[in-house]
Amino acid sequence: MPLTELLADLRAPELGLGDRVLTEGAALAAFGSDALAAFHQRPAAVVLAERAEEVVAVVRACHRESVPFVARGSGTSLSGGSLPLEGGVLIALNRMNRVLSVDPDARTAVVEPGAINLRISAAAAPHGLHYAPDPSSQSVCTIGGNLAFNSGGAHCLAHGMTSNHVLAIRAVLPDGTVVELGSRSTEHVGPDWTGMFVGSEGLFGIALEVTVRLIPIAEATHTALAVYDSLQSAGDAVAEIVAAGLLPVAMEIMDALAIEAAEASVRPGYPPGAALLIVELEGERSVVGADAVRLRELLRASGAATVQTTEDADERGLIWKGRKSAFSAVGWLAPDYIVQDGVVPRTRLGATLAEIDRLSAERGIRVANVFHAGDGNLHPLILFDGAEPGALERAEALGREILTLCIEAGGSVTGEHGIGVEKRDYLPLMFSPDEMALMHRLRTSVDPDELANRGKMLAVGEDVGPGAAASNAAASNAAATDAAARDTPAAS
Amino acid sequence: MSVAAGEIDAVRDAFHAAVLGGRRVLPAGGRTKPGLSTPPADDVATLDTSGLRGIVEYDPRELTMTALAGTPVAEVRDALAEHGQHLPFDPPLVAAGATLGGVVASGAAGPCALRHGGVRDFLIGVRFLDGTGTLVGGGGRVVKNAAGFDLPKLMVGSIGRLGVLVQLAFKVFPSPPRRTTVVIERDDLASALGTIARLGRGPIAVEAIELLPPTRATPASPSGPARLFIRADCSPETVAARVADVAGATPTEQLFGDEERALWDDASELRWAPEGHHLLRVPLTPAAVIPLDAALRGAAIAEGPAVAGGSDPSTLGTERRAAEPVVRYTLGANAAWVAWPGDQPLDRLDATLRELGLAAAHFSAPPAAAGQSTRPLLGAVPAHAFAQRIRAALDPNGRFPEE
Repeated sequence: MPLTELLADLRAPELGLGDRVLTEGAALAAFGSDALAAFHQRPAAVVLAERAEEVVAVVRACHRESVPFVARGSGTSLSGGSLPLEGGVLIALNRMNRVLSVDPDARTAVVEPGAINLRISAAAAPHGLHYAPDPSSQSVCTIGGNLAFNSGGAHCLAHGMTSNHVLAIRAVLPDGTVVELGSRSTEHVGPDWTGMFVGSEGLFGIALEVTVRLIPIAEATHTALAVYDSLQSAGDAVAEIVAAGLLPVAMEIMDALAIEAAEASVRPGYPPGAALLIVELEGERSVVGADAVRLRELLRASGAATVQTTEDADERGLIWKGRKSAFSAVGWLAPDYIVQDGVVPRTRLGATLAEIDRLSAERGIRVANVFHAGDGNLHPLILFDGAEPGALERAEALGREILTLCIEAGGSVTGEHGIGVEKRDYLPLMFSPDEMALMHRLRTSVDPDELANRGKMLAVGEDVGPGAAASNAAASNAAATDAAARDTPAAS
Repeated sequence: MSVAAGEIDAVRDAFHAAVLGGRRVLPAGGRTKPGLSTPPADDVATLDTSGLRGIVEYDPRELTMTALAGTPVAEVRDALAEHGQHLPFDPPLVAAGATLGGVVASGAAGPCALRHGGVRDFLIGVRFLDGTGTLVGGGGRVVKNAAGFDLPKLMVGSIGRLGVLVQLAFKVFPSPPRRTTVVIERDDLASALGTIARLGRGPIAVEAIELLPPTRATPASPSGPARLFIRADCSPETVAARVADVAGATPTEQLFGDEERALWDDASELRWAPEGHHLLRVPLTPAAVIPLDAALRGAAIAEGPAVAGGSDPSTLGTERRAAEPVVRYTLGANAAWVAWPGDQPLDRLDATLRELGLAAAHFSAPPAAAGQSTRPLLGAVPAHAFAQRIRAALDPNGRFPEE
C-alpha cells in the first residue's frame, strides 16, 4: 500500500516530523474543509510543516509513493482551493509564518508561505511601506494561498493583484525539485516564470519562500461614502469617475441587503439607502486634496442622495471593516449562502446587476450584492436555507445563470477567488478545447502524475470536452448537496 | 476577432509553411530590438507579424484596450491620448517603430513605469500561436481574472521563443495631468542610491528615476557628479521643495512642458546610447548597482587599447581607453541599460554578468559587430526545471529556437 509506505516514510526519525504527522480522526477533522464549507474531504494524513526542508521531504515522499498532496495555509479559500483529498496528504504551512526580511531600500520583503497577509504590512510599516493586495480575509489568510490563487482585494483597482506584487518564489515542484523563480528586481529577463507560477492553484507545486514588492504608505487618504437610490445609479457613478480621469485606489458598491448585513454585525454606521458607493483616493496630500474636490462634484452630479467623506484613519477603518466583513455578515440574514466572484467589463456592470436583480426576483431567491465596482468584479451572495429541500440546488442553478451572464458579457467566472473545485466545470465555458488541452498539457508537463492539488482548476486525466464538463458538474453538485446538510457556511 | 481573421490565418499559414519546410520560426514585428528578433541560426525563419495591425477593441470607459500584436505602439498611444489615457508601463522605442508584440516579448518597460509597474502589470490577455501552430489564449479583457494559468504573464519577456503573439489586451490608465522633472546631483553612486531609496518610500508620486553615474574626467571635460532625473506627478509649484525635503538634496534644475517631455522621450527611445555600441538591458536591484558599475569598468578596461593623449596632465590617474561601456540605471535602479563597445567581445560582458549573478537582454548590436554572438540573453539566464517543463508543453516539437 503506497499510503502505508508513505506514512512510514513521513514518520522516519531522520525527517524529525514526530507528532507533527497527524492521522487520527479528531486531529484531521479541523482540516477537512476550507471556506467553501459545502465541500468536505478527509485526508489520510496532515503534516504540520515547520521548515521548507520538511515540505520538500514530504513532497518527495508523496511523489515516490504516488500519493496526491494539498498545501494549506489558513484555509480561507472560497473556491475549495485547499480542500484536502480523500486518501491524500495535507501539508499545513501555517507554522511557517515568518517575515524573514524587509529591505526598505529595494522595497521588498521575503516571507515564508504561511505568513499572514497583514503581518507583511505590519513588518514593513516602520519603513513607511506596505504590502498592497488586501483580500477581505487579510487578517488571517496567508501569502502562500494568496499566491496560489492570485488573490485580489478592494484596492486592486490601482495596485493590481497578488501576481503584480510577487517578484520571486522558491518553490518545490510536484516531483520534489526545488527551483528559484524570478529575482528581487521588479524587472526580469526571459519569460516571467514567477508570473506563470502565481495563480496556478497549487498545480505547479508549493511556494517555500516568497519575495514580495512593497509600496509606500500614502501620505493622504480620502474616503467618500455616497448613497444612491438604486444599484444602477451607483454603477453609473463609477463609470463617470473613470471617464473623468480620476484613478481611485478603490471603488466598492454594497446593496441594501449587504448594508443591512454589515450593520447587523459590525455596525459601521453606513447611511441607509438602496446602494452605497465607497471611493478611496490616496497619494500625495495636495493631489488627493484636489482630486477629492473633483470627486465630490462627480458624486453630487451622479445623483448621490448624500455624500460623506473622511480622512480620519479610525473612521476609514470602520468603513472598511463593514465592507470586508460583508461575506460573513450575510450569515445574519440567512443560514447559508453561495459567494460568487464573476467579472464583467466595467461598462456592462449596470446591465448585469439589473439582470441579477431580475433573476433574483423571478426565482424568489435573495441575492446580496457587494462588489469591487471599479474592477467589474461582482460578489453576488446567493442566500438560501440548506435545511430546506432543494434550496441548495436552486441557489446553485441561479449561480450558474449569473456566471453565464458574466461569460456572455466577455468577463470571467472568477476575479480573485480562483477556480478551485467550485468553478472547475465553468473553465471550459471560458476557454476553447484547444486552450483547455494546452492547460492540461502544461499541468502534466510539470506534474505528470497530477499529484499537486489534484482536481483543482482542471479535471483529472480525462478529456476536457463539453460532455466531460457536464458530468463533472453533476458529480460535484451531488457532493455539495451531500455535504451541505452537515456543514455551516464559512465565516471568513 | 473577425476583423483580423484573415491576417491571423496568414501568419498561421506562414508558420506551418516554415515548419513543413523543416525550419524553425521566430516572430518579428517592428524589428526595433534586432538583438532579440534576428534569427539566431540558418534554419530559423523570420515570421513577420507586422500585418497583424489594428486596435480590436477600445472603450475609454473600460480602461482596457485590445489590439493585434503587430500594431505599432505609436498608433495605440495616439488613440489612447485622444481620451486622456495611456499605457503606464511607458513602452520604449515607440518612435523607432516598436510594436505591441515586440514590447511584450522583450518584457522591457520604459523609464516612466516606476510608479505603476511594468509590462507584466498591464497585460491582461493574450492570444498566440503555440509551438504546434495552434491559436490559443489566456487571460481575457477584464482587469481582474483568476481563471486558468496566467499565460499573459508567461509571454512577457518570452522573446518570441514560446509563441507567436497575435493579439494582446492591456489595462490602461488615465494620463497624469501634472508632470514635472527635477535633477539632483550627488557625489557618488552610493549617495545617489540613498536618494533613490528615500524617494522610494514616498510620499511623492514618482514616475521615473534615471540615474546617470558620475562621469570620469576626459581630455575634453572634467569629472562630473552622479545625476538623478526624477519625474513626478506633483504640482510644479511644490515639487522642488518636496523633493528637497524627502531626498535631502536641493534640485539643481527643474524642467516643464516640451523640454520635460523631450527629456523622457529621449530616455524612452534610448537616444543617449552612443553609436557603435551593443545595447543591453540588465534587471537588477539597487544593491547590485555599485558592483556592476565597478565590474563593467574593469571588464572593458582589461584588454582595451590605450588612447593617444594619455599623457595629458588633466587626465592623470583617469587613464581612458578607446571605448568604455556607457551605463545608466533606470526605474529607480531596478534595471541598467548597458551600451557595450562594439569593439569589445560580448563574451567578456557575459562572464562579468555571470559572476554577479545578473542576466541581460541583448537589444541591439552595432553593424560592425556582425558575426559576434547572437544570443538574445546573456549572463546568468534563469534555467530551471520549471522553465524546461513549461517550454516542453508549449513547444513540444522545438519549433521555436531556445536561444
